[in-house]
Amino acid sequence: MIRTLLTSVAALGLATAPALAETFVIRGETVWTGTAQGVIENGIVVIEDDRIVSVGGSGTEVPDGATEITAAWVTPGLIAAFSQTGLVEVDAEDSTNDTAAAMSGFSAALNAADGFNPDATAIDVTRIEGFTRLVVAPDTGNSLFAGQGFVADASGDLDTELDEKVFAFIKLGEAGAGLAGGSRQSAMTLLRAALDDARSYPARYITQNDGAVLNRVDAQALAPAARGQQLILVQASRASDLNAIMDLAEDEPSLKFVIVGADEAWRVAPRLAETGTPVIIDAFSNLPASFEKLAATSENAARLAEAGAIFAIANVGDGSHQARLATQLAGNAVANGLSFDDAMIALTSAPADIFGLTGFGRLAPGAHADVVAWDGDPLEIVSSPVAVIIDGEQQSMESRQTRLRDRYLNLDESERPHAYTRP
Amino acid sequence: MRTLFGVAAACAAALMLSACGGGDDAKKTASADEAFDRNPYPSTYTPFPNAPVLITNATILDGEGNLIEDGSLLLQDGKIVALGADIEAPDEAETIDATGRWVTPGIIDNHSHLGVYPSPGVTAHGDGNEISGPVTAEVWSEHGVWPQDPGFTRAIAGGITSLQVLPGSANLFGGRGVILKNVPSRTVQGMKFPDAPYTLKMACGENPKRVYGYGNGGFPGGAPYSRMGNVAGYRQAWIRAAEYKSKWEKFESEGGDPPTRDLELDTLAGVLNGDILVHMHCYRADEMAQIMDMSKEFGYKVTAFHHAVESYKIADKLAEYGACSSMWADWWGFKMEAYDGIRENIPMVHKAGACAIVHSDSEVGIQRLNQEAAKAWSDGKKVGIDIPKEVAWTWLSLNPAKSLGIDDRTGSLKPGKMADVVIWSGDPFSVYSKADQVFIDGALMFDRDHPETNPVMDFEIGQPGEGDRK
Repeated sequence: MIRTLLTSVAALGLATAPALAETFVIRGETVWTGTAQGVIENGIVVIEDDRIVSVGGSGTEVPDGATEITAAWVTPGLIAAFSQTGLVEVDAEDSTNDTAAAMSGFSAALNAADGFNPDATAIDVTRIEGFTRLVVAPDTGNSLFAGQGFVADASGDLDTELDEKVFAFIKLGEAGAGLAGGSRQSAMTLLRAALDDARSYPARYITQNDGAVLNRVDAQALAPAARGQQLILVQASRASDLNAIMDLAEDEPSLKFVIVGADEAWRVAPRLAETGTPVIIDAFSNLPASFEKLAATSENAARLAEAGAIFAIANVGDGSHQARLATQLAGNAVANGLSFDDAMIALTSAPADIFGLTGFGRLAPGAHADVVAWDGDPLEIVSSPVAVIIDGEQQSMESRQTRLRDRYLNLDESERPHAYTRP
Repeated sequence: MRTLFGVAAACAAALMLSACGGGDDAKKTASADEAFDRNPYPSTYTPFPNAPVLITNATILDGEGNLIEDGSLLLQDGKIVALGADIEAPDEAETIDATGRWVTPGIIDNHSHLGVYPSPGVTAHGDGNEISGPVTAEVWSEHGVWPQDPGFTRAIAGGITSLQVLPGSANLFGGRGVILKNVPSRTVQGMKFPDAPYTLKMACGENPKRVYGYGNGGFPGGAPYSRMGNVAGYRQAWIRAAEYKSKWEKFESEGGDPPTRDLELDTLAGVLNGDILVHMHCYRADEMAQIMDMSKEFGYKVTAFHHAVESYKIADKLAEYGACSSMWADWWGFKMEAYDGIRENIPMVHKAGACAIVHSDSEVGIQRLNQEAAKAWSDGKKVGIDIPKEVAWTWLSLNPAKSLGIDDRTGSLKPGKMADVVIWSGDPFSVYSKADQVFIDGALMFDRDHPETNPVMDFEIGQPGEGDRK
């Protein structure tokens, strides 16, 4: 993973450390750790500064003067494993939508981090439902190379630190075929040629600006992925497309693929498990919505788990505003045969591991202090967070939505119009 | 409904053979009903064979606001016969022990595009919106419904027993909706809810002006370009409809030659006559307020606003007018008119005394409308709007039934109503609960424990996935 300038600076202690060093003691009737500690009844999580310092039972030693939070459940902060959150305010309003650039002369080089807006209202909306990290992917424009994705925390702080260029995002399958000229073979030819271009950067570009597929700028941007130094996130659904990706990985073993969508993944689950190819799935996908999803099933997650494949669960269908629904998706996966633990892992440690987010997705001493306290089982649709902590800082539980709600909870405007109500 | 479609149809057919009325009596009995068949594509649905079923030891939400613990429910001859603590059942009744399980009326989704935007969503299947003009009241969604849509089978697994299939929302007037029983059939007629009224889909706001305005849509190019143009477009159409209606009234009172038929105006005049129910896609509060005034201007009623993302801002006005709001639990932000969506819209509408409905507008959402209701119920509760679950269930069955004019026959577990019933594996307000058995008119049409007995549409036969759980 390529760390950003900001992150590097932060590591040197020059930039935004948490404003106040604070200590939290979080008590949960049920503490789901995501580690070998499993579930701790009446557990305690202690946070100092931006780290978790201890996780244990009711006898855990707690520091004096800590802020106490008590809740029914405590979990690691959830990770939205595939989203466009922060790239768009209103999907249909182009001026507010930086997900894709169909008119751009560049593709693989488009760095989604450049379009990230920490003030996007969807970030608050997502955070107050328990998501502390957002994996953000650009969308494709006029090429199957969408550009560079990043990981952000969900604080909405103006100086939000980003892990930039965590992955290169591309589309294969029906979408890729359409973007590559009209067929899957065209898409695969394009992809292989582009990887060749990128691997030969800068040599072949010394005397020319264009490669077989990529211009100089795009080749440079794709080079880390082509050399196995960066993840390639591929959207694909059909079993044969997933096999084609794994075939390519066999031909070029340095390539590191993660597949998003993967509606038919259960059909190739043993191979996914054997090759260690992770997938990010939408657990609602159970319809033959297209000819590449004929084998979609609500048991995809359960069957992947059965085969030992690595998977995360995300709201692939609407990642700009509704990434928050991943908990409901995971709950439905449980209703369709997945174990509760595997569902939680698919929202926490699995996406952390897939994207190389060391120290996230688990409640463990030394881990980053992304912690959520809930009023009930986090996968239940009637549950919600009572406290969200990101990097040791307790977050606001307000969003533009909660403000609007509070304005209109009382419809009486006999004294003043609602515009004067700012609760 | 004013007309008994079946009778009128029989008579209209007979008229052509000069054997129904006719002769000197013709003038006295002149009516629109006899001049043309108002129900030329009648329902052929009849309930499937069913034996008496006694469901016992269940937590029952009766759909009318009551919860019965350890309750029993008797289904017989396709109808709800009795519910309560102690029920006498005929000897031949099959008993289903529902200990630990919940029983509710079947869910009714009053906003679906199943069949008209079916799976797979290939270009050949885009039959949900006649975008060719801003006023297409002449089209009927039933003529675009593909009964082989696998989505119907996924919906029944989510407890959907009836649904309204609407045309899309590009147009000011999108055409007629159709109300279906969620039973697989070779024909749409075999799914049609018998003697249900017709409905009319209308749309406010961004869609019509985006699709038809110059610069964006291009085809056919022109009006409406703005929300002003939207309203002018509705009003002009209503003026034409009123004129058409009065021509028919004149014919009915004075006889003579019937007016020339106009399919578009048949539908609009049907609204003005009170025969056809208006379902209007409308997000913004201020627009709904304008539409309510417009309906008064022309003497009709909006039965339900759909999507209604800002209903919470005018819930009091909606209650006073008497329109339902058909809503999502939490969709928002995909366009400007959805920007102010909040999670508490549904309970806030309910709290104001207005009619609240949970709808899907989605082949995915229709599979778990109970969960959508549960989210809304819970989010309301957390801001002090404490609605019992048994009352919240009216959002899923009785209120949508009312909005479709079928609440006298379904939508609750009242004795005498259709036995449209779901047995849930547990509390349907939990993400972990699923529909175990779904009865439609007393016939067991879905049984989770026996997937081999569950429906699979033609399209999925011989494919790598054959139903949800192959």
